Amino acid sequence: MASDTLPAAAAEERRPADRLEAVPVRHWGRWVAAVLAILSGIGLIGSLAKNQNLHWDVIGHYLFARLVFEGLFTTLWLTVASMVLGLALGTVVAVMRLSPNPVLYAVSSLFVWAFRGTPLLVQIIFWGYCGALYKHVMIGIPFTHITFFETETNSLVSGSVAALLALGLNEAAYASEIVRAGIQSVDEGQAEAAHSLGMSPTLTMRRIVLPQAMRVIIPPMGNETINMLKTTALVSVIGAKDLMSNIQAVYAQNYQIIPMLVVASLWYLLLVTLLSIPQSRLERRYGRGASRNGHVSPLQRMLAGTALRLPVRGSGPNHQKG
Amino acid sequence: MGTPMVHAEGVRKSFGRLEVLQGIDLTVERGQVCCLLGPSGSGKSTFLRCINHLEKLDGGRLSVDGALVGYREHGGRLHELREKEVAERRREIGMVFQRFNLFPHMTAIENVMEAPVRVAGVSKAEARADAQRLLDRVGLGDKAANYPSQLSGGQQQRVAIARALAMKPKLMLFDEPTSALDPELVGDVLDVMRQLAADGMTMVVVTHEIGFAREVGDTAVFMDGGVVVEAGDPRQVLVDPRQERTKAFLSKVL
Repeated sequence: MASDTLPAAAAEERRPADRLEAVPVRHWGRWVAAVLAILSGIGLIGSLAKNQNLHWDVIGHYLFARLVFEGLFTTLWLTVASMVLGLALGTVVAVMRLSPNPVLYAVSSLFVWAFRGTPLLVQIIFWGYCGALYKHVMIGIPFTHITFFETETNSLVSGSVAALLALGLNEAAYASEIVRAGIQSVDEGQAEAAHSLGMSPTLTMRRIVLPQAMRVIIPPMGNETINMLKTTALVSVIGAKDLMSNIQAVYAQNYQIIPMLVVASLWYLLLVTLLSIPQSRLERRYGRGASRNGHVSPLQRMLAGTALRLPVRGSGPNHQKG
Repeated sequence: MGTPMVHAEGVRKSFGRLEVLQGIDLTVERGQVCCLLGPSGSGKSTFLRCINHLEKLDGGRLSVDGALVGYREHGGRLHELREKEVAERRREIGMVFQRFNLFPHMTAIENVMEAPVRVAGVSKAEARADAQRLLDRVGLGDKAANYPSQLSGGQQQRVAIARALAMKPKLMLFDEPTSALDPELVGDVLDVMRQLAADGMTMVVVTHEIGFAREVGDTAVFMDGGVVVEAGDPRQVLVDPRQERTKAFLSKVL
């Protein structure tokens, strides 16, 4: 059948080469998978919408409740403050780890080892109950009776301070590794070129090395920030009055556990989405000069890929030619 | 002639147990072009890097324009200078690297302006005008706004030369400036260097370009195994060498 129709068709349809079009292969499997995915999605949403136990009225009632907003505020400042503390301390630790001084290297390595080697939950509870270890905090000159400042630990380290210490110190350990990797990713020739122009080590670090290290540092630090926002939920174990603590306080009374968790999830989702926007902006800013072509947003790339299939020149990143 | 621009006496340098410089004596007079040649591992690049203290010395005297580089001689010993003082000395010595080492996050003109603005304290407007003149001089006036990744290797190296010249150095060091380039791009870079030599710049060039050394060099220095084997007029050293090692090297590269 095919053998006797094919030559005839070929003879009949033999067009001039310039009017001959190529037809891409049809991916039937993709269409089937897409339809299945859409159907199961509709099913899941339908069953959730009809489920009486979800209590949409409770969700609606608590979504903008005062207690939830207070928790949100705590979650936000805790995220920002822990990241600032983590990045600042982490940069110091990173520089110590790159230092030729063996004592500084050992101290910083020990810090990273301890804070990465124990569970964050343990660290949070530790700081929450550090009053049991040291009843008083004082600042003075060791081995003398001179004291500048003294107070009870429990009044100084409140729930939110303990949360900040736990999250910030833990973050510092991770951030230091990210910053170190960033600094080490910059070619040594860059510092040599800067030195040969008469730039001091500090100026070289600030103008030449760190801006290039940023390209390596920013994407993981963005992820760390987004992670931190969600990790703050853990401090509910010491009652730090963050979003999750307040949500727990509500469902401990009204037993509407699932609806309250939906309220929390909606807010976490919204905040994470908002945080993703500045990250892509920063990546673009510090990616200057990295690619031959200017910046292409994901949407532009998608449109170029589907609709027009424009020929892309030199599309490889960092494509260099001698 | 007065004080020589570069004066080295018994310069020694080791990496661990390997002594890469075993007592180098060398003098480069003002306005001269000195070409360092030799097989890889002969210590020529290390010596060049010692001249602006990118490498520390283990012994010997190395001065630029009459002043020791990176050290102060006191009580029969060399005391290393603080980084700030070293940076001060380096301003007068331009350096061009084999792999260009342009700052990739800055455009061509920003690369050239960086040191004058941040180190010499020149105003941005003045530095920009100077940088544009330098880029014009190396034939890249129209590439000022391009990032290094948008330039060919030869163009990047010419920007690197302009960047080094922006600090108005008395001495220029070139570390195999054409070794990382495609053959057809070598000519442009050598032309710029030839022009620089004609303008009277004192230059020390580590190179494998025998033709360039013969044509532009005032002296040729052949190094091997951490010592100077033969030095003198390039037309003699590179055409009719006296030493067997120089002859063997030249017969391989020519």
